Amino acid sequence: MDTSMIKVDENGFYGQFGGAFIPEMLYPNIEELRENYEQIMASAAFKEEFDRLLKDYVGRPTPLFYANRLSEKYGAKIYLKREDLCHTGAHKINNTVGQIILAKKLNKKRIIAETGAGQHGVATATVCALMGMECTVYMGAVDMERQKPNVERMRILGAKVVPANSGSKTLKDATNEAMRQWINNPVDTHYIIGSVVGPHPYPEMVARFQSVISAEMKIQLKEKEGRENPDLVIACVGGGSNAAGAFYHYYNEPEVRLIAVEAAGLGVSSGKSAATTMLGKPGILHGSRTLLMQTADGQVVEPHSISAGLDYPGIGPVHAHLFDSGRGEFVAVEDEHAMQAGIEVSRLEGIIPAIESAHAFHALNQIEYKSTDVIVINLSGRGDKDLETYIKWGNY
Amino acid sequence: MNRIDKLFQNKKESILSIYFTAGFPQLEDTLPVMEAIEAAGADIIEIGVPYSDPIADGPTIQESNNVALKNGMTLHLLFEQLKNLREKISIPVILMGYLNPVVQYGMEAFCKKCKEVGVDGLILPDLPMQQYLTEYKSLFDAYDLRNTFLISPQTSETRIRQIDQNTDGFIYMVSSASITGAKKAVSPEQIAYFERVKAMGLTNPRLIGFGISDKASFNTAAAHSHGAIIGSAFIHVLRDSKDLKKDIYHYIQSIIA
Repeated sequence: MDTSMIKVDENGFYGQFGGAFIPEMLYPNIEELRENYEQIMASAAFKEEFDRLLKDYVGRPTPLFYANRLSEKYGAKIYLKREDLCHTGAHKINNTVGQIILAKKLNKKRIIAETGAGQHGVATATVCALMGMECTVYMGAVDMERQKPNVERMRILGAKVVPANSGSKTLKDATNEAMRQWINNPVDTHYIIGSVVGPHPYPEMVARFQSVISAEMKIQLKEKEGRENPDLVIACVGGGSNAAGAFYHYYNEPEVRLIAVEAAGLGVSSGKSAATTMLGKPGILHGSRTLLMQTADGQVVEPHSISAGLDYPGIGPVHAHLFDSGRGEFVAVEDEHAMQAGIEVSRLEGIIPAIESAHAFHALNQIEYKSTDVIVINLSGRGDKDLETYIKWGNY
Repeated sequence: MNRIDKLFQNKKESILSIYFTAGFPQLEDTLPVMEAIEAAGADIIEIGVPYSDPIADGPTIQESNNVALKNGMTLHLLFEQLKNLREKISIPVILMGYLNPVVQYGMEAFCKKCKEVGVDGLILPDLPMQQYLTEYKSLFDAYDLRNTFLISPQTSETRIRQIDQNTDGFIYMVSSASITGAKKAVSPEQIAYFERVKAMGLTNPRLIGFGISDKASFNTAAAHSHGAIIGSAFIHVLRDSKDLKKDIYHYIQSIIA
């Protein structure tokens, strides 16, 4: 296997996946971003501001915590990368901090974003408040109903939350709506996409902002284990931004197993699932060629997961490539098992994980590993936002 | 000779192209709507292939896509409905749609079928030029299908020239920074954009679309190009109609008479 292929090419492809499949109306916006993002990100001024905000505002580096009781139970050395301790409660803010600085350097005046569960919307509203930028977040009308606290968090932070009433009124429709609004406002507006999806350069750019996760993991593992590389990294995947961040610096370290955990929903074959690599075929959605849950006629299928953050019919193109090339190992965890894992982590480690992250923990029951293995689980977010779902589930 | 080429050879101004969604308002309306469009005097028919996630479209066309999908419209069914197209329709016919359903159908099978039923051209707004040139152009050419790219007010001059080089048939000028269905009076900035592109002396004729809804906006657009495309406003007519044939006739006549 040629792992050196886990790298974006100049046209934005990871193997056969990626690219920029966009209407011409978006071409100038995407081109402006593509031409400028690498140079801006490489500049000293950008780096200084990004690093400073990650440290003083987000609270980085996040700890790498040795989970003693989980390790005992599962018979391996298990570390948790504590992205749940980031300001706003999840890894999402790593990306929004990066993109808001980028937007300022591009002289943009307004920010738009999509959100599913509301975590990316909150992270976007937060950095817009910090920078004094006007912020509009598009959110599926159904999601607004089921994630009310996050809607109010965004409003408190000064953002305008606009319901997406088309299609299934969830994340994919919110993304459609944000893209439409970007077509309508091409000059003064920057669109902060929340995951490693969308047209090139978004997947690579978002992954690079999130790559701070694996950059820190390397330093922290060196301190704790005397080596930079774990044997396994486990992360949940919806669009896949936390996984991309946790895998990034290990893509081309073939001895590190990369475990991507998808949401099986009620079961991969139940018709109520979000296990994209198991159910999807190559297709085009939101500007990139990727694996996509779709009908034989190429219409996008509605996914299902108990976790709103994994409830997406596609997957970032880099993950489609990890799957396709065999570099990544993909497992699917059902709703019920994710909830059980969430309770287990709460009881064993005193951490209530986001239900998204809970999926990653249950993978410990579904994969093989050795007792000497060092495993890092990316704890991408905290469970506060999911209390209602935990309560409704009730089995604790 | 390809019907699009022939049309632009014979008619240099005030060309009217009408867009509608296949299988809307009822599944079996596709061909009757096309017959009514031709009978009313339009020059080109654009058949929209419905898609679940039309990111360049406003609420009107989103809704017609949803209705058509609920009615059961698919590409397979559309080609079935168009089987005897050329017994009924003589003006150019273009398929317009998002890339994914076409890719799932298979691009070669799709092009072959287009040629077989008598489709003359394609507009696939999310097909990037690079993919077109490297993967699909030879197919389009082999099946004598004209490919139209879009430009917008933000498109740079270099890019417009590149598009002109790689388009055949006509260039689709998106009238403003907007998704489909925006209803605004044509502004001086838009006129300046129409004139700027006109002055470039492009190889391809130009049709202006998005936001064209009535005689006034059609005439303004046509005065600065070879004609215009009407979509959302026509979908409104279909949606509200009790007598498709009559209402289509009256609407199109209200534009061109």
